[in-house]
Order: sequence, then C-alpha cells, then structure tokens
Amino acid sequence: MAQEAMPGTFLEGIRPTYIYKVVLLGSTSVGKSSLAYRYVKNDFKESLPTVGCSFFTQTLNLEVATVKFEIWDTAGQEKYHSVCHLYYRGAHAALLVYDIANKETLNRAKLWLRDLEKEFLPDEIVIALVGNKMDLAAEREVATEEGEEFARTKGLLFMETSAKSNHQVNDIFMAIAQELLQRERQKASAPSLHGRSTVDLGESRARTGCC
Amino acid sequence: MAADVHRKKGWEVPNGSLAPGDGQHVERSESPTPGLAQGTEPGAGQEGAMFVHTRSYEDLTSPEDGAAAVRSPEERQGEPAEPTSMEQISKDFSELSTQLTGMALDVEEEIRQSKEGKLEPSPQTTRRDSVLSGKEEEDVTMDAWRMHRKHVFVLSEAGKPVYSRYGSEEALSSTMGVMMALVSFLEAEKNAIRSIHADGYKVVFVRRSPLVLVAVARTRQSEQEIAHELLYIYYQILSLLTWTQLNHIFQQKQNYDLRRLLAGSERITDNLLDLMAHDPSFLMGAVRCLPLAASVRDAVSTSLQQAKAKSLVFSILLSGNQLVSLVRKKDQFLHPIDLHLLFNLISSSSSFREGEAWTPICLPKFNSSGFFHAHISYLEQEMDLCLLLVSTDREDFFTVSDCKRRFQERLRRRGVHHALQEALRTPFYSVAQVGIPDLRHFIYKSKSSGLFTSPEIEAPYVHEEEKERLLGLYQYLHSRAHNSSRPLKNIYFTGPRENLLAWVTSAFELYICYSPLGTKAGAISAVNKLMKWIRKEEDRLFILTPQTY
Ligand SMILES: Nc1nc2c(ncn2[C@@H]2O[C@H](COP(=O)(O)OP(=O)(O)OP(=O)(O)O)[C@@H](O)[C@H]2O)c(=O)[nH]1
Ligand SMILES: [Mg+2]
Repeated sequence: MAQEAMPGTFLEGIRPTYIYKVVLLGSTSVGKSSLAYRYVKNDFKESLPTVGCSFFTQTLNLEVATVKFEIWDTAGQEKYHSVCHLYYRGAHAALLVYDIANKETLNRAKLWLRDLEKEFLPDEIVIALVGNKMDLAAEREVATEEGEEFARTKGLLFMETSAKSNHQVNDIFMAIAQELLQRERQKASAPSLHGRSTVDLGESRARTGCC
Repeated sequence: MAADVHRKKGWEVPNGSLAPGDGQHVERSESPTPGLAQGTEPGAGQEGAMFVHTRSYEDLTSPEDGAAAVRSPEERQGEPAEPTSMEQISKDFSELSTQLTGMALDVEEEIRQSKEGKLEPSPQTTRRDSVLSGKEEEDVTMDAWRMHRKHVFVLSEAGKPVYSRYGSEEALSSTMGVMMALVSFLEAEKNAIRSIHADGYKVVFVRRSPLVLVAVARTRQSEQEIAHELLYIYYQILSLLTWTQLNHIFQQKQNYDLRRLLAGSERITDNLLDLMAHDPSFLMGAVRCLPLAASVRDAVSTSLQQAKAKSLVFSILLSGNQLVSLVRKKDQFLHPIDLHLLFNLISSSSSFREGEAWTPICLPKFNSSGFFHAHISYLEQEMDLCLLLVSTDREDFFTVSDCKRRFQERLRRRGVHHALQEALRTPFYSVAQVGIPDLRHFIYKSKSSGLFTSPEIEAPYVHEEEKERLLGLYQYLHSRAHNSSRPLKNIYFTGPRENLLAWVTSAFELYICYSPLGTKAGAISAVNKLMKWIRKEEDRLFILTPQTY
C-alpha cells in the first residue's frame, strides 16, 4: 500500500506518493474507454460499450512525487446514469468527455458538469473538458473554440484528444496530475485554508468508502 | 433506484432458500420410474446442490414462475436415495424399450408432419450494434426479413415497441399495433390460448406485466419452448433494470418509451437469442462444466472459497459458456437461469477484457427487486477465464477486487495454473472418447446437480445450419418428453439423416444422436455403454463437490 503524504513533505523534499481517484464521464460512445485504454496500455482497439464501470490504475513517477491514478471509466448508457454518482463520489478529478463530431454529447457533458457542481466544491475536484475523436476533422460539429470558451468560463482544463491517433491523451492526464499537485502545494503552504488537507486525502482513500 | 440486495424478499423465497440443503439428496418424482434416484445419478453432487432445484422449463412457464416447483424440505426427506447400479440402469432400459417401439411410429409421423417442406437455411443473422455502426435498418418488406426463422418482439402493455430482433422497432410499429390488437383480443376473450398457428408459423405471446413478449417462429419448437425463450428475454431485461424499477417506471408513465433506458442493450438481447439457438444449456435449463481433472477443479474451488469476503454471495469462474467453479454463500442458491444470464452478459461484451468491471446486476430469479454488484474480470489477457464475484455491497469494490488478487495468488501457490491452462486448450471433448462408433453426439443432464455434459458437435454437423438442425431435433425430442399433457419418458426417433433417442427419468435426461444405419438394439446398448462412460468420467465432467464460503 502506498505511503500517505504527510503535511509538509513537499517542502522537505521527500518524494511523496499521492493516490487520486479520476473518473471519466460522458455520453455513450464518445470514447471514454478508448481514452483510458490508450492512456493505460498505449493502444487502441474497437471496444464495446462499458457495462457499469471499469477500473484501471496507472502510476506516474514524476520528479516531485509519485502519482497513482485510480481511473473509473463509467458507462455512458442511459440505464447506468442512476448509479453513476456511486462512481464519481470522492473523486479528485473528472474528465468530462464529448465527441467533437457530435454536438449533442457536449450538451450532455454540460449536464454532467452541473451534477458535479452539486456534489463538489470548486476546490475539491479538478475537472477537465475533453473533446475526443479529434481525428474526425471532416465530421466536426463542435468548433475547438466552442469547447475552449465553455471550459474557460467554467474554469475547467480543456484539451481536444484522439484516442485513435494518440493525440494529447497523455497530455490531458499529465495536466490533471500537475493541477492536482499544484493544489497540494497550495494546501501545504496554506494549511489553514479549507479545501482538502492531506489528512482528508488519507480519509478519502479509506477503502470502505471507495466509490 | 432499488436498494442493494441484502435479504431476499419474502415472495422470492420459494426460489431460493427452500432448495435442498447440503448433504440432502432429493427424490422429487411422483412417478414410479425405475432406475436411479435423484441425487445418485452420474453427475449428481456429492455434497448437495449448487443451484436452486428447477424442473427445467416448466419452472419458467408455470404460472407462479416455478414457485410450485419447489417443495418444502420436510416433503423431501424420507425419500431415501437408492444405490446406483449400472445393471439396474441397463435392466430398466431394456424393459422400457418395448415402450419405445410403440412410440416410434407416432413420433416419426409427427416429425414428418411438422417437417413439411425442407427447412431453408436461415439467412445470415444481421448483427447490429447501435453504438458501433448505428442500427442496421432492415427493410421490413424485404423477403430476407420474412425469412428469419424466429422473430422476437417486446412491447409495453401500452403497445410501445421495446425491442425487435430484426429491423428497427420504428419500422415495425404497425406490426406491433397488430400484435397489441391480438393481445387485447386474447385477453378480452379470456382465452387461454396464448399462441396462434398459421401457415407454418407459430405466434406465441407471453405477458409479464408491464411487458408483452411475442415470438413469430418457423422452428419446430413447441409453444412451451418458445415461451421459455421469451421468458429468458424478459429476465434479461429485468437483469438490467430490476422488476421493481421496471414496474415503477410504468406506474409513473404508462406509455413510457423503454428503448431509451435499454439503449445499447439490444446487443445483449440479440446475443441471448443467438445463444439459445446454438447452446443446449438453455434448452436443458442446466449448466455445462469445463472438463477438468477433479484435483485441479478442487484446488480452484478451494482457492476461490478461501478468497472470500463478507459481502460476497457467489464466486464464479467460467470459460466460454462453461462453468469452471462456483462457490456460494451457505444457504444461498443460484438459479441456472441467472447463471445463463451472466454467461450471456459476459459473452456479449468485450469490455470486460480490460481492467476490472464493477457493475450493478440484478439476478431476477434470485431476487428481482434489487441489484447486486458484480466484479467481472479476466484472469489473464490471453486466457479465456473470467471471474465473477457477486457482492451485496456496492461500496465494496476494493475488498472484492482484493479477493480476486488473493484468488490468483492461491492458484499460483497451489500450482494448478498450468493444469488449468492445459484444460483450456481443449475446452470440449470428442464423442470418439466414448468409444461407440455409431454415436455422433449426446446430451446428458443430471437433474439433482443442474449440470449437463455434452461433447463437441462434430461431423457431419459442420455447418451452422446443420448444428442448428441437430439442436432443433433435440428441442423437438425435449418438447415431446416434457409435453405437459402427455409427457414421454422414452422416445425413439428414426430419421433419414440420423436416429435419436431420448430417455427422461426423475434423475436424469439423456438425448443421444447416432448414425441412421444404427439399429434400435444398437442404440440401447450404446446408452448402456455411454452411461457407464459418464459414470467413469463424472468427476471430470461435473462438479461433484461444490463448495460454500
Ligand atoms: N475516430 C475515432 N474513434 C474513436 C476514438 N475514440 C473512440 N472511438 C470509437 O468510438 C466508439 C466508442 O468508443 P468507446 O471508448 O467504447 O466509448 P465510451 O465512451 O467508452 O462508451 P460507453 O462505454 O458506452 O460509455 C468505438 O467504436 C471507438 O473505436 C477516437 O479518438 N477517434
Ligand atoms: Mg466505455
């Protein structure tokens, strides 16, 4: 089991390990599983819709810390929506995925954002808006600027990706890791601010309330 | 959303906890059929059952959904299990064989009648996947559409389309309208008939409020068997939604469009219908085991048993559509139908190949009102071994995931990994192993264990249509053997391309297919020899010592 980060470890220069729960949300068929698979296995293959959700882990050895992602790839099909909150509860980061060739999926992503905003305070979760299937340029329905603009107004990270052609998939996860670490640093330097303290992080890792 | 399952609801109890307990062997037959008592036939578990006792499809089609099929434990006791003796089997069969002769003509004639006109090869089933390729629309007016051997429709009681096997529900809405009219007509007339025969077709209706299921079939199956398949479809829908949720939805809004909620599941239903046309498990209402040396299976089962957790109800290891091992919580029995639905779910989705899946799943025969959470994963990338851990606690992912890790570690430590891999290389055995030259294929089901065994289907049943034709013959014999008004215990059928024989007792069911040149006497001695062979191989072909946590 990974060591838990202790307050101040950053400043003292010991390389801590952080475990973060990351959840992938979005309409069916936008490519959530493909993104997860590309990220974890660096491969792409035709996949079928996810049943319930799939769990992956990926460890990142960064200069300042080891980051272990626990990735929850949820099913986008309607019948699973009622259980989705189970999967995003306690998440440290969320990827809201839409398909750039399907406008409707961006609208759905916006609805997911509303759900997340109900559940989390802004500093409790890092949210990224991800426009996938960037390789389908000819069928594009959502302009890059549109996603970008929406992300900006909501304070979300934003990237367009392609799980198929391996475009910016690592980058988006890396951006999330950096943002999470950045927040750890802020917390460490201002421990009195509420927001998630490292103690809280430890608690959220307790395996009894996993999902 | 329905709550997690913790305790079974009272009204479901007859299916679950009244099943025979450990160490209890059961003789359920009222008929004085000579031969093996249930619980002593080849393949019967030595330490009690793994499944809820069922009477195969009668269990599905009886009005109370099988509740009546299960008797109280008191009734069961005091019916001592008779010792097994091969001589007895052989004697019984020879005595009964006179009965066969009398039956033969009758059956043959019937088969010939129902065979009028050769079966056209079924056109390629159009597999559709609404997600990957968009639903392939099939033109309803096309001949191909009419050629399909079995259409299946599901609609709501308000007449809204829910599912159609071929072609989109949209295009079929007029057909649906006609069906609804028929359904309401049948209801209004308080007519007991739930099927219509016309022009070589059977139209069978099953009503399970709030859904109506309809099949239009050109197969030789009986109405009962078609109804049985429709019920599987109904249970499959329940396994995704629960009965409680389904009813709640339609109570709120009578003309709700269920397709929205089921979007993406058509594939699972399609797969189930295809499986039922190919896999005798569904017909037999039983589960087939992966042939495996008993020592290996025991090591696997023990490893599975030891990797337990408080919230686990069932731990199931399977390969393809065959069972490798099943460990259950004490006093909790799985129903074969629920296991079939799990098989189908896994075989219709490749998504379990990666990562660990954690999904709500309803086991409708166990408890149709709530969800379990199932942890589903393959043990290794290139190995066809899927582990299913069924938990009552949806919050318990990490505990259950750890059970998997512990199971794998124990497998490794016990050193059975290699033997398992070997067994997976030959997941089916050849009928040649039995050593009866004229024997082509057989299905043997042990009733008390709910398990069956069957060799690989080999030449001359090479092509898909040939395989389906063979299964069709078994279906026919099965339906005759289980005909509710006139059940037959022994059926001898001679056809131009093969001869078949069915033997149904209170303890087992046996269907054999052999060369058309074989004689009846030859067939009877084959049965004898085959039963001996099955007895000799039973610890490899069945799970004789099921385990509990
Ligand atoms: N062209 C293109 N196709 C993609 C890309 N990513 C995924 N796909 C395809 O889109 C389809 C759906 O991908 P999935 O990853 O299964 O989608 P999902 O979001 O996980 O869907 P659910 O599990 O049902 O929620 C598949 O056919 C993928 O091959 C991409 O970057 N480019
Ligand atoms: Mg997916």
